[in-house]
Amino acid sequence: MDFELMVNSFPKLLNATAITLKLLSASLFFGLLIGLLFAVLRISKNPIINKFAYGYSYVFRGTPLLVQIFIIYFGLGQIEYLRTTVLWVILKEPYWCAIIAFALNTGAYTSEILRSAFQTIKPGFIEAGKSLGISNKIIFYRIQIPIAIRQSLPAYGNEIILMLKGTSLASTVTLMDLTGVAKYIISTTFKPIEVFIVAGSIYLFMTFLIHNLIKFLEKKYSF
Amino acid sequence: MNIIKKFSLGILISLFLTISANADKIKIGTEGAYPPWNSKDASGKLIGFEVELAWTLCRYIGEQCEIVEQDWDGMIPALIMRKFDAIMAGMSITAERQKAISFSQGYADEVASLAVMKGSSLEGMDTPAGINLTKPNTAAKKALKTLTTALAGKTVCVQTATIHQNFLDSGDVGKVNVRTYKTQDEVNLDLASGRCDAALAAAVAFSDYAEKSGKPVVLVGPTFSGGAFGNGVGVGIRKDDTELLNAFNKAIDKARKNGDISRIATKWFGFDASM
Repeated sequence: MDFELMVNSFPKLLNATAITLKLLSASLFFGLLIGLLFAVLRISKNPIINKFAYGYSYVFRGTPLLVQIFIIYFGLGQIEYLRTTVLWVILKEPYWCAIIAFALNTGAYTSEILRSAFQTIKPGFIEAGKSLGISNKIIFYRIQIPIAIRQSLPAYGNEIILMLKGTSLASTVTLMDLTGVAKYIISTTFKPIEVFIVAGSIYLFMTFLIHNLIKFLEKKYSF
Repeated sequence: MNIIKKFSLGILISLFLTISANADKIKIGTEGAYPPWNSKDASGKLIGFEVELAWTLCRYIGEQCEIVEQDWDGMIPALIMRKFDAIMAGMSITAERQKAISFSQGYADEVASLAVMKGSSLEGMDTPAGINLTKPNTAAKKALKTLTTALAGKTVCVQTATIHQNFLDSGDVGKVNVRTYKTQDEVNLDLASGRCDAALAAAVAFSDYAEKSGKPVVLVGPTFSGGAFGNGVGVGIRKDDTELLNAFNKAIDKARKNGDISRIATKWFGFDASM
């Protein structure tokens, strides 16, 4: 064990953690918007809208994240026509390709989590609202959405943790996130165990924080 | 339950048999993704200059060999952890790597070069045909200056953990935006897509790609050798494995004397890259 290397690589890895957190927060933000939208589409009674939303979540939950990020980064980069369009400004950057892939992936899972939460809301809550003469729109925004979010907290907490670990795939499209920098240090020191132990501990610590934050929110909003 | 038990026992036995069958073979690790040094054919079989040379060297050593595949970025750690006994993967002999492993004498040498897509603003740089960085002369120093100006703010792509990455990190051509990839294939893809302004690798890796893909990839600037680019390509061996190191050195001597290395090199590179 080369403890000196572990100590020396710690600040470099901590620096790279900023990129990992940026990727995670951007992906979760866009993923939550996508997830909310598709959860609503999923409970729609229109079969076309419903099937479309189901198809999206089926494809993105049924294929590996690595494949998705490769298709978006290397695959779309091969289409010559695309490179002449305005879209290329975004797709040229590995950072945005990674966020698009992560957001679409976590969006698919989030939509399923929220959908099941919507569907498990007891009809009594909605009926109570109706009997007080509250409009459907307000029932949806003030009763259904808050209850669905509370119901989905434990499952969504897991999804955040999975996404945190998923961001390590950003290093496969040249981003210098926590895993990317760890690999870079290994490429010059040839000591993978030491460096990955430090990088792994940082991931573990972040998981610990996320886990506790979710637990706190669960307690705070319990009913 | 019984079936599961029998099934897992069967797997264990076959695993054990594979392990014991390979116990006394010399295992040689290669990447299989760096043509023409080493690559794979359509059926997934390892081919290339080093694969053919490895079999020749094994014949001279007089031992059974097995060639195994290993991703480039884990090559040296895998050797140290005894996943195989020797590396033949277009690995240049550099002082940095020699801190971790030993190298046999060099068996082949290559020059590195920058490549761009046709029509790039980097075409037509005024530099000598080749520069050696071990003791850079005035012309070489001037060429590095020209490159520093031309590459300022540009994105240059390389495979990770290579001499090419080391060279760009060394600051000899100033501060360029270095992007690293797991394989040379990925470097080629992003060079063609326009995400990289230029790429740096073995000159033969680019000409091989240009030929196979039909993409207008052109070499620019001088070819590089010496300094960060090392002193030829040799067999990487664990430091404590002096017996195997001697065996490989002797086998390389014989193969060179009999003309095997230059014959195989000419076959795969199109010119005699042996040394």
